[in-house]
Amino acid sequence: MDKVITVKNLKKSFGENHVLKGIDLELSKGDNLAILGRSGIGKSVLTKCIIRLIEADSGMVSVLGKDMYQLDDDNLDEMRRRMGYLFQGGALYDSMSVRKNLEFPVRRTQVSRKKGELKDKVEEVLQNVGLIDAIDEMPADLSGGMKKRVALARTLILEPEVILYDEPTTGLDPVTSGEISDLIVRLNEQYHTSSIIITHDMKCARITADKIFLLHNGRLLYGDTFENLSKNKDELIKQYFV
Amino acid sequence: MRKIKLKISQSLKDFFEEIGDMVIFTGRVIRQFFKGPFEHRELLKQAYYIGNKTFPLVAITGFIMGLVLTLQSRPMLVNFGAKSLLPGMIAISIIREIGPVITALLCAGKISSGIGAELGAMKVTEQLDAMDVSGTKPLNFVVASRVLATTILVPILVFWADAMGLLGSYVAVIMREPMPVELYISLAFDALNFEDFIPSTIKTVFFGFFIGLIGSYKGYNTNAGTESVGLSANSAVVTASLVIFIIDLIAVQITDLIYGI
Repeated sequence: MDKVITVKNLKKSFGENHVLKGIDLELSKGDNLAILGRSGIGKSVLTKCIIRLIEADSGMVSVLGKDMYQLDDDNLDEMRRRMGYLFQGGALYDSMSVRKNLEFPVRRTQVSRKKGELKDKVEEVLQNVGLIDAIDEMPADLSGGMKKRVALARTLILEPEVILYDEPTTGLDPVTSGEISDLIVRLNEQYHTSSIIITHDMKCARITADKIFLLHNGRLLYGDTFENLSKNKDELIKQYFV
Repeated sequence: MRKIKLKISQSLKDFFEEIGDMVIFTGRVIRQFFKGPFEHRELLKQAYYIGNKTFPLVAITGFIMGLVLTLQSRPMLVNFGAKSLLPGMIAISIIREIGPVITALLCAGKISSGIGAELGAMKVTEQLDAMDVSGTKPLNFVVASRVLATTILVPILVFWADAMGLLGSYVAVIMREPMPVELYISLAFDALNFEDFIPSTIKTVFFGFFIGLIGSYKGYNTNAGTESVGLSANSAVVTASLVIFIIDLIAVQITDLIYGI
């Protein structure tokens, strides 16, 4: 199966704090991986190192066949357009309406798209996340769950081949969390994307991921299905099933 | 003693690291001016915000500056019987030095801190990162447009402040004795040369560039946490003000070398 992301021996420290101590990870086309771990353990650092928002100290990250750390600025931008990143807080542009939030990345990266096409595309993606009625709202007027949906729509509008989700259900009530998790599964199937989902929400991991890893002490452990992990007697993983 | 030495060496290291970072940032921003995609709409929006919100402040400050300068200079010139030199002296002071520097300091306080706080908030809420990961080049869209807007707008604001300063000066003159406005203008502009306008205009372009650049740099490099946003805004004002004085000092030396004035 085609490898979408390959990470080899990735290390990252902040001063004396060695957050990632040699991460190895492979994501195949069409796969969805979840990475579990306690808060502050370095889950977000890992995804930010993959997309080079944070520079890793050493190791190799290959995305869609390109070594991310060998790309110059222009090629890195080009590669990032083929990837999507959903931020924990949504990171919506608060000076722009929902429509403008979605139009902005397309307008800045795909020069040839016509105005009518862009309008249709924005409406189609918003329809897919169930928020067409909020198209002219400002981000400040949206609830936490709605912000996540708009952020997801903004990620999807560039039609990425791979999406990194940073805590997609954090700060949401259980019902909305479940809805967002279902939405991720549905949209990954609809847009044929592969994904890495960073979470500490076991329910989200169960719904969205084919394989679950545990980030512990700077290393990735396990890498198995939810069913197999739920039968695992290891204390480290058992606490997530309590 | 060892602790003090360590602290000093650490501070010096931080200082030079920041200078280095700022030089790299400057290079990256200048590159964006020539690279595109060019955002006319964002440039106009920023120019409108900067100009619209600063015009009244600059007008009032310029007017008071001219008025006070004239009122305070007049008695000395009267003592020497050189009252007729007053408009020319004030015009030279305002055009060459006071207008550009005071306006630039005002802009540092208002515009640079505003940009620092705005970009700082965008950084803290990951909006800049979101632009980065979608390949939309925030340095081009957010920073270059602001720096270009201040580079264009600050010289215009300085002209505006100069004009209001001369108006304030005229009002101060006629508060003491009547003088036709044509005579005041004639006395003021007879004292001015081409060499008075060119260096002061060129330095205002640099003032504008660094006001936008420093605000953007501080905002763009804000650390996590809302407290950092305030620190960035504050640091932008302090650094921009200091840089304005340094540029002014260099400009005076260069002008002196070229024109011998």
